[in-house]
Amino acid sequence: MAILEVEDLKIYFPIKAGIFNRTVDHIKAVDGVSFAIEEGKTYGLVGESGSGKTTTGRGIIGLEHITAGSVKFNGKDITNKKKKTKAISRDIQMIFQDPYSSLNPRKRVRDIIAEPLRNYENLTKQEEKKRVQELLELVGLSPESILKYPHEFSGGQRQRIGIARAIALKPKLIIADEPVSALDVSVQAQVLNFMQDIQKELGLTYLFISHDLGIVKHMCDDIAIMYKGRYVEQGTKEEIFNHPQHIYTKRLVSAIPDIDPSNREKLFQFRQEVQEEYDESYNEYFDSEGLAYSLKPISETHLVALPEKG
Amino acid sequence: MWKFIVRRLIITFPQLIVLSIIIFLMAQAMPGDALTGLVDPNIDRAAIEEQREKLGLNDPWHIKYVDWISGIFQGDLGQSFRYKMEVTELVEQRMINTFWLSVATLIFTYIIAVPLGIISGRYNDTLLDSSITGYTYIGFATPLFIFALVMLWIFGYQLQWFPTGGSVAPGTEPGTIDYVMSKINHLLLPALSIALIQTVSTVQYLRSEIVDTKQRDFVITARAKGASESRVYNRHILRNSLLPIAAFFGYEITMLITGTIFVEQIFSFPGMGQLFIESVLQRDFSVVNAVVLLFGAAAILGALISDIILSVVDPRIRIK
Amino acid sequence: MGDKLLEIKNLITSFRIGDHYYAAVDNVSLTVNKNEVLGIVGESGSGKSALAFSVMGLHTKAKIEGSILFNGKDIVSLPKSELNGLRGDDMSMIFQDPLTALNPLMEIGAQISETLILHRPQMSLKERKDHVIELLNMVGIPRPEYVYEQFPHELSGGMRQRVIIAIAIANRPELLIADEPTTALDVTIQAQILDLVRKLKSEMGSGVILITHDLGVVAEMADRVAVMYAGQVVEIADVQTLFNNPKHPYTRSLLNSVPAEGQDKLHVIQGIVPALQNLPREGCRFAERIPWIESNTHEKDPVLHEISPGHFVRCTCYKHFYFPEEPKEAKVYGNTRG
Repeated sequence: MAILEVEDLKIYFPIKAGIFNRTVDHIKAVDGVSFAIEEGKTYGLVGESGSGKTTTGRGIIGLEHITAGSVKFNGKDITNKKKKTKAISRDIQMIFQDPYSSLNPRKRVRDIIAEPLRNYENLTKQEEKKRVQELLELVGLSPESILKYPHEFSGGQRQRIGIARAIALKPKLIIADEPVSALDVSVQAQVLNFMQDIQKELGLTYLFISHDLGIVKHMCDDIAIMYKGRYVEQGTKEEIFNHPQHIYTKRLVSAIPDIDPSNREKLFQFRQEVQEEYDESYNEYFDSEGLAYSLKPISETHLVALPEKG
Repeated sequence: MWKFIVRRLIITFPQLIVLSIIIFLMAQAMPGDALTGLVDPNIDRAAIEEQREKLGLNDPWHIKYVDWISGIFQGDLGQSFRYKMEVTELVEQRMINTFWLSVATLIFTYIIAVPLGIISGRYNDTLLDSSITGYTYIGFATPLFIFALVMLWIFGYQLQWFPTGGSVAPGTEPGTIDYVMSKINHLLLPALSIALIQTVSTVQYLRSEIVDTKQRDFVITARAKGASESRVYNRHILRNSLLPIAAFFGYEITMLITGTIFVEQIFSFPGMGQLFIESVLQRDFSVVNAVVLLFGAAAILGALISDIILSVVDPRIRIK
Repeated sequence: MGDKLLEIKNLITSFRIGDHYYAAVDNVSLTVNKNEVLGIVGESGSGKSALAFSVMGLHTKAKIEGSILFNGKDIVSLPKSELNGLRGDDMSMIFQDPLTALNPLMEIGAQISETLILHRPQMSLKERKDHVIELLNMVGIPRPEYVYEQFPHELSGGMRQRVIIAIAIANRPELLIADEPTTALDVTIQAQILDLVRKLKSEMGSGVILITHDLGVVAEMADRVAVMYAGQVVEIADVQTLFNNPKHPYTRSLLNSVPAEGQDKLHVIQGIVPALQNLPREGCRFAERIPWIESNTHEKDPVLHEISPGHFVRCTCYKHFYFPEEPKEAKVYGNTRG
């Protein structure tokens, strides 16, 4: 069964203008997005800046007001904040992009990690300390560091503190918003490996939001490509990377740098071809406003945004 | 930009109304009313009560407020019980005096602040910077009224370079060059006294802005273009650093108000500040109300002017 | 290879922390030839940006020792006014963050014009404007006349980066230093910007120093690559050799930590890059991060060894390096890749 089902999600932001600051229009940050994530899987949400991928994640966890559509967690509707029970909110946690600004610099590691515990569980001081130390050990940090402050840690270590906080309540779903983009290559590897390990250990489901296709390819089972608030293509990793159907996906995939310098010329030429195809067929793939059409299935798992006629 | 200014103006009105309501309610909360000081205490209480009713002094507060505020719009600020004259008339000349004192002070403030702030910011952590920062700390620590007294004693009484009181030498004919020169002469010492103290916050602010802007990436871009240090400062750092100083202008005006209250008193300069202190001491409440209202309005207008200046010089606001 | 454009010899760039100077660039020697892209790879704290800033003379508070020969002339000791004559003209730089590298209060046109005013004062107003419009066209900015009068905040990140490139190439520099030019950009924009840099390079025949932490970008762009760790160059080779036959443990570790086809688990480099004041100053600096390698395999004072023409590796420990997750015997002297 799908652990998370998102149905026709819309998140609009008002544009205010004029002397009285009235709402004149809306920015459709997320404009009719539907998907489902199976338990224990990693679902990748990919897009360039402004595509609405982060807003989607924030909407699901309740950090943005949902304009329309529904979000179901384990079959229960959690679209409306009031309907969300405490049990559900503790089951969904988020890891943020920037390990430097998402941790309160004036709080000790102990208090940062214990914060969700204090909100949801009644633990004695001793129990709380023990749990925090266990969590620190789980994320590969020394249990003695509970009295340190965030600035005493490196970027990768901070991101692991963020992860420790996110998994403190043993959630079922973690929304990871660009969890490694602020980190160095070797530290990235550390955090990604670790995310995979705890996924196996705790049976976690990830909604993995990223702009880095290489990392998404490494981490995710299913992938969706977003552009201007809409889905352009959705499919398995294999389908997206080896048989992309939408011109936007093709262009995105072709732009990934190849680590093998011998493929250089081939890659340039391929990119050139894709770009030409993109320029030529742009009008076929996007409507008059430059937005993607609605998704049409081309196989059981592979959905592509194509115009009505085919 | 126009949209921004119009919107900003619209916000100003409710601010002014709230200010006037607060001042009105405060005045109401004070013991006594307009009749208290005017009538002979031996008059029959019932007659006073009747008079009160007739004058509308027993009306609910919002009706009285509307009366008062519509009076203000017609230029009627009430009667001063001490001077037995219209407050408007009483305030007019003093307002002009304070206005010029403020202008002179602001000019001095910036004449001192801009070069000191620039030097201090550009050559930060040098001896020169330390001495300028040292001056600002002394400025912060020195109470204005003591400093003004010292200035008066040294330059007014000991050296006798400046007059020690009033706003113009007695006997000079308004409109003549002598009159203007005498006015200016009377302004200089009080204005300089306020400016020397008040400028320190601007110096510090400008210094930290420059130190901050120096490290911004676009400054590196400018150096990488091959721009000389002086060009980097004049074209890139200064303009970006002066921007927040413009926003500081409103605050500057608020500080001026407190400044003039002390300094006018010390220099017996016939301005709003002096009038304010006198009226408070004499419990001349209609005058106090009027002066506080004008001070408040000046502060709000100061903020408005800051925002407008900012909208003119900052393209990020200008376009919106 | 071709003519030497830039020759860095024993460069030491140190910063003062407390009472001591600490070298962020520690005895680096490199050359850049004309019409060549030298990639410099390293993580944060490796000293790669400090190196670029030293070449451009952009450090305001660093102590710089050694020599940097630009067309044979030492520019370390050059008076400021002469250096300003070079910067923006014969050598120029593209910066990492397009959102902060432009003056927010100046029109785009004026920011590009400035570098022309400084180096070609004889140009008339009209010539200058025409040239700026042409530059905007060259870097692929649509409606250049309109953008000329716009302010930075009105442009997207990719467009601003193009403006920064336009500033850098305005006077057709012989040396172009690009410091993480695409890190802040989306992949499709990155591909466009890299393409642009490549085209401009071949058109102008400039030498390019490309500094990045992104191995994919280097693999695509560079002719030769230098890998930096803790202020030192640990390996230099032409791009094919470096990616297909990497030798230094750090290079190999770095390559293995990037997600690649068919890779299940990423390699994790133990420990962290130490802060500047805690960098090891003696012996092999990478030793503490590969503790399973016996200490007697490291040189006491590691130097660069030329193991094949143009391929230099620092320290002898590379001969004994293996990944702990692999069986030792199979890998000791062999290649891991290719």
